[in-house]
Amino acid sequence: MSRKPRFLPVYSWLLIGYLVLPIVVMIVYSFNNVVTGIPNVSFTWNGFTTRWYQHWSDVPGLTSSAWLSIRLALAASAAATVAGTMLALALVRYSGRRFRGKAAVDYLLYLNIAAPEIVMGSSLLGLFVSMRIDRGFWTLFLTHVVFSVAYVVVTVRARLAGFDVRLEEAAADLGSKPLTTFRLVTLPLILPGVAAGALMAFALSLDDFVTSDFVSGSVQPFPVWVYGATRIGIPPQVFVFGTAIFSLGLIAAVVSVVLSRRQPAR
Amino acid sequence: MSRLASARRWGRGATPYALGAPAVIWLIALFLIPLVVMLVKALETCSPITQACTMTWHWSEFSYVWHGSAQSIFTSLRFAAYATVIDVVLSFPIAYWIAFYGGRRKNFFLLMLLVPFFVSFVIRTIIWQFLLSSSGIILTVARDLHLVGPNYHVLQTSGAVIAGLAYNYLPFTALPIFVALERIDKNLIDAARDLYSSKVEVFRRVIFPLARPGVFAAFLLTFIPAFGDYVNQQVLGGISNTMVGTVIQNYFLAYSDPTSGSALSAIVMGISLIAIVLGGIAIGARNLGDYV
Repeated sequence: MSRKPRFLPVYSWLLIGYLVLPIVVMIVYSFNNVVTGIPNVSFTWNGFTTRWYQHWSDVPGLTSSAWLSIRLALAASAAATVAGTMLALALVRYSGRRFRGKAAVDYLLYLNIAAPEIVMGSSLLGLFVSMRIDRGFWTLFLTHVVFSVAYVVVTVRARLAGFDVRLEEAAADLGSKPLTTFRLVTLPLILPGVAAGALMAFALSLDDFVTSDFVSGSVQPFPVWVYGATRIGIPPQVFVFGTAIFSLGLIAAVVSVVLSRRQPAR
Repeated sequence: MSRLASARRWGRGATPYALGAPAVIWLIALFLIPLVVMLVKALETCSPITQACTMTWHWSEFSYVWHGSAQSIFTSLRFAAYATVIDVVLSFPIAYWIAFYGGRRKNFFLLMLLVPFFVSFVIRTIIWQFLLSSSGIILTVARDLHLVGPNYHVLQTSGAVIAGLAYNYLPFTALPIFVALERIDKNLIDAARDLYSSKVEVFRRVIFPLARPGVFAAFLLTFIPAFGDYVNQQVLGGISNTMVGTVIQNYFLAYSDPTSGSALSAIVMGISLIAIVLGGIAIGARNLGDYV
Protein backbone atom coordinates (compact mmCIF):
# COMPACT_ATOMS: atom_id res chain seq x y z
CA MET A 1 0.00 0.00 0.00
CA SER A 2 1.06 3.56 -0.56
CA ARG A 3 1.56 6.20 2.13
CA LYS A 4 -1.03 6.65 4.84
CA PRO A 5 -3.83 9.05 3.88
CA ARG A 6 -4.17 12.18 5.99
CA PHE A 7 -7.75 13.09 5.20
CA LEU A 8 -9.34 9.72 6.08
CA PRO A 9 -8.58 9.62 9.83
CA VAL A 10 -9.89 13.16 10.34
CA TYR A 11 -13.02 12.34 8.39
CA SER A 12 -13.54 9.06 10.24
CA TRP A 13 -13.24 10.68 13.65
CA LEU A 14 -15.73 13.37 12.60
CA LEU A 15 -18.19 10.68 11.47
CA ILE A 16 -17.74 8.79 14.74
CA GLY A 17 -18.41 12.06 16.57
CA TYR A 18 -21.62 12.45 14.58
CA LEU A 19 -22.70 8.90 15.45
CA VAL A 20 -21.92 9.35 19.16
CA LEU A 21 -23.36 12.88 19.56
CA PRO A 22 -27.02 11.92 20.30
CA ILE A 23 -25.86 9.32 22.82
CA VAL A 24 -23.75 11.86 24.68
CA VAL A 25 -26.78 14.17 24.73
CA MET A 26 -28.95 11.38 26.14
CA ILE A 27 -26.48 10.56 28.92
CA VAL A 28 -25.93 14.24 29.83
CA TYR A 29 -29.68 14.97 29.93
CA SER A 30 -30.38 11.93 32.11
CA PHE A 31 -28.72 14.07 34.84
CA ASN A 32 -30.76 17.18 34.03
CA ASN A 33 -33.00 18.55 36.76
CA VAL A 34 -36.64 19.46 36.15
CA VAL A 35 -37.98 22.67 37.67
CA THR A 36 -41.61 22.49 36.55
CA GLY A 37 -44.28 20.53 38.42
CA ILE A 38 -44.63 17.73 35.89
CA PRO A 39 -41.43 15.68 35.67
CA ASN A 40 -40.88 15.56 31.92
CA VAL A 41 -37.68 15.73 29.94
CA SER A 42 -36.79 19.28 29.04
CA PHE A 43 -33.86 20.26 26.92
CA THR A 44 -33.01 23.43 28.79
CA TRP A 45 -30.31 22.78 31.36
CA ASN A 46 -31.67 23.14 34.90
CA GLY A 47 -28.71 21.85 36.84
CA PHE A 48 -27.17 18.50 37.68
CA THR A 49 -29.13 15.89 39.60
CA THR A 50 -29.03 12.15 40.21
CA ARG A 51 -32.69 12.23 41.17
CA TRP A 52 -33.84 10.18 38.17
CA TYR A 53 -31.32 7.47 38.94
CA GLN A 54 -32.51 7.29 42.54
CA HIS A 55 -36.13 7.17 41.42
CA TRP A 56 -35.51 5.04 38.35
CA SER A 57 -38.57 2.83 38.88
CA ASP A 58 -41.06 5.57 39.77
CA VAL A 59 -42.83 5.44 36.42
CA PRO A 60 -44.85 2.20 36.59
CA GLY A 61 -45.61 1.76 32.87
CA LEU A 62 -42.00 2.40 31.93
CA THR A 63 -40.47 -0.13 34.31
CA SER A 64 -42.86 -2.90 33.30
CA SER A 65 -42.33 -2.18 29.60
CA ALA A 66 -38.55 -2.39 30.08
CA TRP A 67 -38.82 -5.75 31.85
CA LEU A 68 -41.19 -6.98 29.16
CA SER A 69 -38.67 -6.00 26.48
CA ILE A 70 -35.85 -7.85 28.25
CA ARG A 71 -37.91 -11.04 28.78
CA LEU A 72 -39.14 -10.82 25.20
CA ALA A 73 -35.65 -10.36 23.76
CA LEU A 74 -34.29 -13.29 25.81
CA ALA A 75 -37.13 -15.64 24.80
CA ALA A 76 -37.27 -14.60 21.14
CA SER A 77 -33.50 -14.67 20.60
CA ALA A 78 -33.24 -18.10 22.25
CA ALA A 79 -35.96 -19.56 20.02
CA ALA A 80 -34.62 -17.85 16.89
CA THR A 81 -31.07 -19.04 17.62
CA VAL A 82 -32.05 -22.69 18.08
CA ALA A 83 -34.41 -22.81 15.07
CA GLY A 84 -32.09 -20.72 12.90
CA THR A 85 -28.96 -22.76 13.70
CA MET A 86 -30.82 -25.99 12.90
CA LEU A 87 -32.02 -24.64 9.56
CA ALA A 88 -28.54 -23.33 8.72
CA LEU A 89 -27.10 -26.81 9.38
CA ALA A 90 -29.72 -28.39 7.12
CA LEU A 91 -29.06 -25.85 4.35
CA VAL A 92 -25.26 -26.16 4.41
CA ARG A 93 -24.89 -29.90 5.00
CA TYR A 94 -27.51 -31.28 2.62
CA SER A 95 -27.62 -30.90 -1.13
CA GLY A 96 -30.84 -30.13 -2.98
CA ARG A 97 -31.17 -33.88 -3.64
CA ARG A 98 -31.16 -34.82 0.05
CA PHE A 99 -33.10 -31.74 1.14
CA ARG A 100 -35.89 -31.22 -1.34
CA GLY A 101 -37.35 -27.75 -1.26
CA LYS A 102 -34.00 -26.21 -0.32
CA ALA A 103 -34.30 -23.62 -3.09
CA ALA A 104 -37.82 -22.74 -1.90
CA VAL A 105 -36.51 -22.30 1.66
CA ASP A 106 -33.81 -19.97 0.31
CA TYR A 107 -36.46 -17.87 -1.42
CA LEU A 108 -38.55 -17.83 1.76
CA LEU A 109 -35.59 -16.51 3.78
CA TYR A 110 -34.84 -13.97 1.09
CA LEU A 111 -38.43 -12.77 0.97
CA ASN A 112 -38.43 -12.50 4.77
CA ILE A 113 -35.33 -10.31 4.83
CA ALA A 114 -36.70 -8.22 1.95
CA ALA A 115 -40.10 -7.60 3.55
CA PRO A 116 -40.34 -4.16 5.19
CA GLU A 117 -41.23 -4.36 8.86
CA ILE A 118 -44.44 -2.47 8.28
CA VAL A 119 -45.63 -5.23 5.91
CA MET A 120 -44.79 -7.94 8.45
CA GLY A 121 -46.38 -6.03 11.31
CA SER A 122 -49.57 -5.15 9.50
CA SER A 123 -50.04 -8.62 7.98
CA LEU A 124 -49.56 -10.28 11.37
CA LEU A 125 -52.00 -7.84 12.95
CA GLY A 126 -54.51 -8.83 10.26
CA LEU A 127 -53.92 -12.52 11.01
CA PHE A 128 -54.22 -12.12 14.78
CA VAL A 129 -57.38 -10.03 14.49
CA SER A 130 -59.07 -12.36 11.99
CA MET A 131 -58.21 -15.39 14.16
CA ARG A 132 -59.37 -13.51 17.26
CA ILE A 133 -56.05 -14.02 19.03
CA ASP A 134 -55.51 -11.60 21.92
CA ARG A 135 -52.41 -9.53 21.43
CA GLY A 136 -49.86 -9.69 24.23
CA PHE A 137 -46.55 -11.28 25.19
CA TRP A 138 -47.04 -14.41 23.09
CA THR A 139 -48.00 -12.62 19.88
CA LEU A 140 -44.94 -10.40 20.39
CA PHE A 141 -42.76 -13.47 20.98
CA LEU A 142 -44.01 -15.26 17.83
CA THR A 143 -43.51 -12.08 15.79
CA HIS A 144 -40.02 -11.30 17.07
CA VAL A 145 -38.81 -14.77 16.11
CA VAL A 146 -40.25 -14.26 12.62
CA PHE A 147 -38.16 -11.17 11.91
CA SER A 148 -34.94 -12.38 13.56
CA VAL A 149 -34.65 -16.07 12.57
CA ALA A 150 -33.49 -15.36 9.00
CA TYR A 151 -30.60 -13.22 10.31
CA VAL A 152 -29.49 -16.10 12.55
CA VAL A 153 -29.59 -18.48 9.56
CA VAL A 154 -27.46 -16.11 7.45
CA THR A 155 -24.89 -15.59 10.24
CA VAL A 156 -24.53 -19.26 11.22
CA ARG A 157 -24.46 -20.33 7.58
CA ALA A 158 -21.53 -17.99 6.90
CA ARG A 159 -19.64 -19.62 9.76
CA LEU A 160 -20.52 -23.15 8.61
CA ALA A 161 -19.30 -22.41 5.08
CA GLY A 162 -15.68 -22.43 6.26
CA PHE A 163 -16.10 -25.64 8.27
CA ASP A 164 -13.92 -28.68 7.64
CA VAL A 165 -16.38 -31.61 7.36
CA ARG A 166 -13.50 -34.08 7.81
CA LEU A 167 -13.46 -33.21 11.52
CA GLU A 168 -16.98 -34.63 11.86
CA GLU A 169 -16.06 -37.65 9.75
CA ALA A 170 -13.06 -38.28 11.97
CA ALA A 171 -15.29 -38.18 15.05
CA ALA A 172 -17.72 -40.64 13.40
CA ASP A 173 -14.84 -42.95 12.45
CA LEU A 174 -13.81 -42.98 16.08
CA GLY A 175 -17.26 -44.25 17.00
CA SER A 176 -18.93 -41.01 18.03
CA LYS A 177 -22.74 -40.86 17.73
CA PRO A 178 -24.17 -37.98 15.62
CA LEU A 179 -25.45 -36.04 18.63
CA THR A 180 -22.18 -36.48 20.50
CA THR A 181 -20.27 -35.31 17.42
CA PHE A 182 -22.50 -32.26 17.25
CA ARG A 183 -21.99 -31.45 20.91
CA LEU A 184 -18.23 -32.05 21.04
CA VAL A 185 -17.07 -31.10 17.53
CA THR A 186 -19.57 -29.11 15.49
CA LEU A 187 -21.05 -26.79 18.11
CA PRO A 188 -17.75 -25.57 19.62
CA LEU A 189 -16.46 -24.76 16.13
CA ILE A 190 -19.55 -22.85 14.97
CA LEU A 191 -20.14 -21.24 18.37
CA PRO A 192 -18.82 -17.78 17.39
CA GLY A 193 -21.33 -17.73 14.51
CA VAL A 194 -24.16 -18.95 16.75
CA ALA A 195 -23.26 -16.37 19.40
CA ALA A 196 -23.16 -13.58 16.80
CA GLY A 197 -26.56 -14.68 15.49
CA ALA A 198 -27.99 -14.81 19.01
CA LEU A 199 -26.66 -11.32 19.82
CA MET A 200 -28.10 -9.96 16.61
CA ALA A 201 -31.51 -11.53 17.32
CA PHE A 202 -31.40 -10.13 20.86
CA ALA A 203 -30.56 -6.63 19.64
CA LEU A 204 -33.18 -6.73 16.87
CA SER A 205 -35.84 -7.78 19.36
CA LEU A 206 -34.87 -5.29 22.08
CA ASP A 207 -34.92 -2.34 19.69
CA ASP A 208 -37.84 -3.28 17.49
CA PHE A 209 -40.49 -0.60 17.18
CA VAL A 210 -42.44 -0.83 13.91
CA THR A 211 -43.56 -4.48 14.05
CA SER A 212 -44.18 -4.35 17.80
CA ASP A 213 -46.29 -1.22 17.36
CA PHE A 214 -48.74 -3.32 15.34
CA VAL A 215 -48.84 -6.53 17.38
CA SER A 216 -48.41 -5.25 20.94
CA GLY A 217 -51.98 -4.31 21.88
CA SER A 218 -52.10 -3.17 25.49
CA VAL A 219 -48.84 -4.92 26.50
CA GLN A 220 -46.18 -2.49 25.32
CA PRO A 221 -42.45 -3.17 24.95
CA PHE A 222 -40.00 -0.39 25.86
CA PRO A 223 -39.71 1.33 22.43
CA VAL A 224 -43.50 1.32 21.93
CA TRP A 225 -44.04 2.75 25.40
CA VAL A 226 -41.45 5.49 24.85
CA TYR A 227 -42.96 6.38 21.49
CA GLY A 228 -46.42 6.64 23.06
CA ALA A 229 -44.94 8.90 25.75
CA THR A 230 -43.57 11.37 23.17
CA ARG A 231 -47.11 12.66 22.66
CA ILE A 232 -47.65 13.56 26.32
CA GLY A 233 -44.10 14.21 27.53
CA ILE A 234 -41.19 11.92 28.26
CA PRO A 235 -40.33 11.17 31.89
CA PRO A 236 -36.57 11.62 32.54
CA GLN A 237 -36.37 7.97 33.63
CA VAL A 238 -36.55 7.07 29.92
CA PHE A 239 -33.03 8.46 29.56
CA VAL A 240 -31.93 6.57 32.67
CA PHE A 241 -33.13 3.31 31.10
CA GLY A 242 -31.57 4.33 27.80
CA THR A 243 -28.23 5.02 29.52
CA ALA A 244 -28.42 1.71 31.42
CA ILE A 245 -29.15 -0.32 28.26
CA PHE A 246 -26.38 1.53 26.42
CA SER A 247 -23.85 0.82 29.20
CA LEU A 248 -24.77 -2.88 29.36
CA GLY A 249 -24.56 -3.20 25.57
CA LEU A 250 -21.19 -1.47 25.53
CA ILE A 251 -19.81 -3.67 28.32
CA ALA A 252 -21.03 -6.83 26.54
CA ALA A 253 -19.44 -5.67 23.29
CA VAL A 254 -16.11 -4.76 24.92
CA VAL A 255 -16.00 -8.10 26.73
CA SER A 256 -16.67 -10.00 23.50
CA VAL A 257 -13.98 -8.01 21.65
CA VAL A 258 -11.45 -8.75 24.41
CA LEU A 259 -12.39 -12.44 24.49
CA SER A 260 -12.15 -12.80 20.72
CA ARG A 261 -8.68 -11.21 20.79
CA ARG A 262 -7.52 -13.82 23.29
CA GLN A 263 -8.44 -16.67 20.95
CA PRO A 264 -5.66 -17.81 18.63
CA ALA A 265 -5.98 -16.51 15.10
CA ARG A 266 -7.65 -18.94 12.76
CA MET B 1 -32.47 -56.55 10.24
CA SER B 2 -33.65 -55.12 6.95
CA ARG B 3 -36.38 -53.28 8.79
CA LEU B 4 -33.80 -51.79 11.07
CA ALA B 5 -31.64 -50.79 8.12
CA SER B 6 -34.56 -49.14 6.34
CA ALA B 7 -35.57 -47.36 9.52
CA ARG B 8 -32.04 -46.06 9.82
CA ARG B 9 -32.02 -44.98 6.21
CA TRP B 10 -35.34 -43.24 6.70
CA GLY B 11 -33.98 -41.69 9.86
CA ARG B 12 -30.96 -40.35 8.03
CA GLY B 13 -33.05 -39.19 5.08
CA ALA B 14 -35.36 -37.27 7.39
CA THR B 15 -32.56 -35.40 9.16
CA PRO B 16 -32.49 -32.26 6.95
CA TYR B 17 -36.27 -31.94 7.14
CA ALA B 18 -36.31 -32.40 10.90
CA LEU B 19 -33.54 -29.81 11.30
CA GLY B 20 -35.24 -27.31 9.03
CA ALA B 21 -38.80 -27.87 10.23
CA PRO B 22 -39.04 -25.51 13.24
CA ALA B 23 -37.76 -22.43 11.41
CA VAL B 24 -39.53 -23.22 8.13
CA ILE B 25 -42.89 -23.95 9.78
CA TRP B 26 -42.53 -20.80 11.87
CA LEU B 27 -41.86 -18.72 8.76
CA ILE B 28 -44.68 -20.31 6.75
CA ALA B 29 -47.23 -19.95 9.54
CA LEU B 30 -46.30 -16.45 10.68
CA PHE B 31 -44.77 -14.83 7.62
CA LEU B 32 -46.04 -16.44 4.40
CA ILE B 33 -49.61 -17.17 5.50
CA PRO B 34 -50.14 -13.65 6.93
CA LEU B 35 -48.93 -12.24 3.59
CA VAL B 36 -51.52 -14.35 1.75
CA VAL B 37 -54.22 -13.45 4.29
CA MET B 38 -53.31 -9.80 3.75
CA LEU B 39 -53.82 -10.14 -0.01
CA VAL B 40 -57.12 -11.94 0.58
CA LYS B 41 -58.29 -9.25 3.01
CA ALA B 42 -57.57 -6.60 0.44
CA LEU B 43 -59.98 -8.32 -1.92
CA GLU B 44 -62.77 -8.51 0.66
CA THR B 45 -65.48 -5.98 1.33
CA CYS B 46 -66.25 -5.23 4.94
CA SER B 47 -69.47 -3.86 6.34
CA PRO B 48 -68.71 -0.66 8.22
CA ILE B 49 -71.42 -1.46 10.77
CA THR B 50 -70.97 -5.14 11.63
CA GLN B 51 -67.25 -5.30 10.66
CA ALA B 52 -68.06 -8.61 8.93
CA CYS B 53 -66.05 -9.17 5.76
CA THR B 54 -67.02 -11.15 2.68
CA MET B 55 -64.84 -12.10 -0.26
CA THR B 56 -65.86 -10.01 -3.24
CA TRP B 57 -62.67 -10.16 -5.35
CA HIS B 58 -62.79 -6.38 -5.62
CA TRP B 59 -59.45 -5.41 -7.08
CA SER B 60 -60.78 -1.86 -7.01
CA GLU B 61 -59.42 -1.54 -3.45
CA PHE B 62 -55.93 -1.48 -4.92
CA SER B 63 -56.63 1.35 -7.36
CA TYR B 64 -58.50 3.19 -4.60
CA VAL B 65 -55.59 3.14 -2.12
CA TRP B 66 -53.10 3.75 -4.93
CA HIS B 67 -54.87 6.97 -5.92
CA GLY B 68 -55.09 8.04 -2.30
CA SER B 69 -51.54 7.12 -1.32
CA ALA B 70 -49.34 7.33 -4.43
CA GLN B 71 -48.00 10.67 -3.18
CA SER B 72 -46.86 9.13 0.11
CA ILE B 73 -45.31 6.14 -1.70
CA PHE B 74 -43.26 8.44 -3.94
CA THR B 75 -42.25 10.54 -0.93
CA SER B 76 -41.08 7.37 0.87
CA LEU B 77 -39.16 6.11 -2.16
CA ARG B 78 -37.48 9.50 -2.60
CA PHE B 79 -36.53 9.84 1.09
CA ALA B 80 -35.26 6.25 1.29
CA ALA B 81 -33.22 6.73 -1.89
CA TYR B 82 -31.64 9.98 -0.61
CA ALA B 83 -30.87 8.40 2.78
CA THR B 84 -29.30 5.33 1.12
CA VAL B 85 -27.11 7.37 -1.24
CA ILE B 86 -26.01 9.68 1.62
CA ASP B 87 -25.20 6.67 3.80
CA VAL B 88 -23.20 4.88 1.10
CA VAL B 89 -21.21 8.06 0.37
CA LEU B 90 -20.64 8.74 4.10
CA SER B 91 -19.74 5.11 4.89
CA PHE B 92 -17.33 4.33 2.09
CA PRO B 93 -14.39 6.42 3.36
CA ILE B 94 -14.66 5.25 6.97
CA ALA B 95 -15.20 1.61 5.96
CA TYR B 96 -12.18 1.91 3.64
CA TRP B 97 -10.08 3.47 6.37
CA ILE B 98 -10.99 0.84 8.97
CA ALA B 99 -10.53 -2.04 6.50
CA PHE B 100 -7.14 -0.92 5.13
CA TYR B 101 -5.59 1.21 7.88
CA GLY B 102 -7.47 0.07 11.03
CA GLY B 103 -4.62 -2.19 12.09
CA ARG B 104 -4.83 -3.25 15.71
CA ARG B 105 -7.60 -0.78 16.48
CA LYS B 106 -9.96 -2.27 13.90
CA ASN B 107 -12.29 -3.75 16.51
CA PHE B 108 -12.41 -0.49 18.41
CA PHE B 109 -13.46 1.47 15.33
CA LEU B 110 -16.07 -1.13 14.41
CA LEU B 111 -17.48 -0.82 17.90
CA MET B 112 -17.69 2.96 17.45
CA LEU B 113 -19.68 2.40 14.24
CA LEU B 114 -22.06 0.13 16.16
CA VAL B 115 -22.48 2.43 19.15
CA PRO B 116 -25.82 3.91 17.99
CA PHE B 117 -27.32 0.39 18.11
CA PHE B 118 -26.96 0.35 21.88
CA VAL B 119 -29.48 3.16 22.20
CA SER B 120 -33.09 2.59 21.29
CA PHE B 121 -34.02 3.76 17.80
CA VAL B 122 -36.97 5.74 19.19
CA ILE B 123 -34.78 7.55 21.76
CA ARG B 124 -32.16 8.40 19.09
CA THR B 125 -34.86 9.97 16.93
CA ILE B 126 -36.29 11.97 19.86
CA ILE B 127 -32.81 13.36 20.55
CA TRP B 128 -32.40 14.44 16.94
CA GLN B 129 -35.75 16.21 17.26
CA PHE B 130 -34.27 18.16 20.15
CA LEU B 131 -30.93 18.80 18.44
CA LEU B 132 -32.60 20.07 15.27
CA SER B 133 -35.35 22.09 16.96
CA SER B 134 -35.36 25.88 16.67
CA SER B 135 -34.31 26.18 20.33
CA GLY B 136 -31.77 23.37 20.02
CA ILE B 137 -27.99 23.71 20.14
CA ILE B 138 -27.33 23.54 16.40
CA LEU B 139 -29.77 26.22 15.25
CA THR B 140 -29.07 28.51 18.22
CA VAL B 141 -25.37 28.55 17.38
CA ALA B 142 -26.06 28.93 13.66
CA ARG B 143 -28.38 31.90 14.36
CA ASP B 144 -25.84 33.57 16.64
CA LEU B 145 -23.23 33.24 13.92
CA HIS B 146 -25.74 34.68 11.43
CA LEU B 147 -25.40 31.59 9.29
CA VAL B 148 -29.19 31.28 9.11
CA GLY B 149 -32.02 33.77 9.37
CA PRO B 150 -34.16 34.15 12.53
CA ASN B 151 -37.09 32.19 11.03
CA TYR B 152 -35.02 29.34 9.63
CA HIS B 153 -36.20 25.94 10.82
CA VAL B 154 -35.22 22.36 10.13
CA LEU B 155 -37.96 20.33 11.81
CA GLN B 156 -41.08 19.68 9.72
CA THR B 157 -38.99 19.75 6.55
CA SER B 158 -38.13 16.87 4.23
CA GLY B 159 -34.47 17.52 4.99
CA ALA B 160 -35.00 16.71 8.67
CA VAL B 161 -36.67 13.38 7.81
CA ILE B 162 -33.90 12.42 5.38
CA ALA B 163 -31.26 13.41 7.95
CA GLY B 164 -32.97 11.27 10.59
CA LEU B 165 -33.23 8.27 8.26
CA ALA B 166 -29.60 8.70 7.20
CA TYR B 167 -28.42 8.83 10.81
CA ASN B 168 -30.48 5.86 11.99
CA TYR B 169 -29.45 3.51 9.17
CA LEU B 170 -25.80 4.56 8.78
CA PRO B 171 -24.38 1.54 10.71
CA PHE B 172 -26.47 -0.79 8.52
CA THR B 173 -24.71 0.68 5.48
CA ALA B 174 -21.20 0.96 6.89
CA LEU B 175 -20.91 -2.60 8.23
CA PRO B 176 -21.61 -4.61 5.05
CA ILE B 177 -19.38 -2.25 3.05
CA PHE B 178 -16.60 -2.74 5.61
CA VAL B 179 -17.00 -6.54 5.42
CA ALA B 180 -16.76 -6.47 1.61
CA LEU B 181 -13.74 -4.12 1.61
CA GLU B 182 -11.92 -6.19 4.20
CA ARG B 183 -12.12 -9.25 1.97
CA ILE B 184 -10.32 -7.48 -0.87
CA ASP B 185 -6.82 -8.79 -1.49
CA LYS B 186 -4.55 -5.77 -0.96
CA ASN B 187 -2.16 -7.11 -3.62
CA LEU B 188 -4.80 -6.40 -6.27
CA ILE B 189 -4.66 -2.70 -5.40
CA ASP B 190 -0.86 -2.68 -5.43
CA ALA B 191 -0.93 -4.48 -8.76
CA ALA B 192 -3.26 -1.85 -10.23
CA ARG B 193 -0.95 0.91 -8.93
CA ASP B 194 2.10 -0.81 -10.36
CA LEU B 195 0.34 -0.86 -13.70
CA TYR B 196 0.02 2.94 -13.50
CA SER B 197 -3.66 3.27 -12.77
CA SER B 198 -4.65 6.51 -11.06
CA LYS B 199 -6.37 6.59 -7.65
CA VAL B 200 -9.73 7.17 -9.32
CA GLU B 201 -9.17 4.24 -11.65
CA VAL B 202 -8.16 1.97 -8.77
CA PHE B 203 -11.38 2.86 -7.03
CA ARG B 204 -13.58 2.60 -10.10
CA ARG B 205 -12.09 -0.54 -11.62
CA VAL B 206 -10.79 -2.52 -8.62
CA ILE B 207 -12.23 -1.46 -5.27
CA PHE B 208 -15.82 -0.67 -6.17
CA PRO B 209 -16.45 -3.79 -8.31
CA LEU B 210 -15.10 -5.99 -5.51
CA ALA B 211 -17.20 -4.14 -2.92
CA ARG B 212 -20.43 -4.66 -4.88
CA PRO B 213 -21.82 -7.45 -2.66
CA GLY B 214 -21.36 -5.18 0.36
CA VAL B 215 -22.98 -2.21 -1.37
CA PHE B 216 -25.93 -4.39 -2.33
CA ALA B 217 -26.31 -5.71 1.23
CA ALA B 218 -26.06 -2.11 2.47
CA PHE B 219 -28.79 -1.08 0.05
CA LEU B 220 -30.99 -3.96 1.22
CA LEU B 221 -30.49 -3.15 4.93
CA THR B 222 -30.91 0.63 4.52
CA PHE B 223 -33.32 1.32 1.67
CA ILE B 224 -36.00 -1.25 2.57
CA PRO B 225 -36.40 -0.34 6.27
CA ALA B 226 -36.16 3.38 5.46
CA PHE B 227 -38.89 2.96 2.83
CA GLY B 228 -41.32 1.52 5.40
CA ASP B 229 -40.22 3.70 8.32
CA TYR B 230 -42.64 6.15 9.87
CA VAL B 231 -40.94 7.10 13.14
CA ASN B 232 -38.51 9.60 11.57
CA GLN B 233 -41.26 11.24 9.58
CA GLN B 234 -43.66 11.47 12.52
CA VAL B 235 -41.04 12.81 14.93
CA LEU B 236 -38.92 14.99 12.63
CA GLY B 237 -41.22 15.76 9.71
CA GLY B 238 -44.69 17.13 9.30
CA ILE B 239 -47.93 16.63 7.41
CA SER B 240 -46.47 17.90 4.14
CA ASN B 241 -44.06 14.96 3.88
CA THR B 242 -46.23 12.02 4.98
CA MET B 243 -44.57 8.69 4.27
CA VAL B 244 -46.44 5.54 3.31
CA GLY B 245 -45.72 3.88 6.68
CA THR B 246 -47.77 6.55 8.43
CA VAL B 247 -50.66 5.96 6.02
CA ILE B 248 -50.63 2.19 6.66
CA GLN B 249 -50.35 2.76 10.40
CA ASN B 250 -53.35 5.09 10.28
CA TYR B 251 -55.46 2.64 8.27
CA PHE B 252 -54.84 -0.13 10.80
CA LEU B 253 -54.47 1.62 14.14
CA ALA B 254 -56.40 4.89 13.76
CA TYR B 255 -59.18 4.34 11.18
CA SER B 256 -59.74 0.59 11.77
CA ASP B 257 -59.77 0.05 8.02
CA PRO B 258 -57.76 -3.16 7.58
CA THR B 259 -58.99 -3.64 4.00
CA SER B 260 -57.35 -0.46 2.71
CA GLY B 261 -54.38 -0.99 5.02
CA SER B 262 -53.85 -4.52 3.69
CA ALA B 263 -54.10 -3.38 0.07
CA LEU B 264 -51.56 -0.61 0.66
CA SER B 265 -49.28 -2.96 2.58
CA ALA B 266 -49.41 -5.44 -0.35
CA ILE B 267 -48.48 -2.61 -2.73
CA VAL B 268 -45.53 -1.67 -0.48
CA MET B 269 -44.36 -5.30 -0.45
CA GLY B 270 -44.55 -5.44 -4.27
CA ILE B 271 -42.67 -2.15 -4.66
CA SER B 272 -39.98 -3.34 -2.22
CA LEU B 273 -39.37 -6.47 -4.27
CA ILE B 274 -39.20 -4.47 -7.51
CA ALA B 275 -36.85 -1.98 -5.82
CA ILE B 276 -34.54 -4.79 -4.68
CA VAL B 277 -34.32 -6.24 -8.20
CA LEU B 278 -33.75 -2.80 -9.77
CA GLY B 279 -31.25 -1.86 -7.05
CA GLY B 280 -29.40 -5.12 -7.65
CA ILE B 281 -29.19 -4.38 -11.37
CA ALA B 282 -28.07 -0.79 -10.76
CA ILE B 283 -25.31 -1.88 -8.37
CA GLY B 284 -24.27 -4.60 -10.78
CA ALA B 285 -25.07 -7.59 -8.61
CA ARG B 286 -25.50 -10.44 -11.06
CA ASN B 287 -27.02 -13.11 -8.88
CA LEU B 288 -29.11 -11.63 -6.09
CA GLY B 289 -29.23 -14.94 -4.23
CA ASP B 290 -25.44 -14.94 -3.77
CA TYR B 291 -25.59 -11.91 -1.54
CA VAL B 292 -28.01 -13.14 1.06
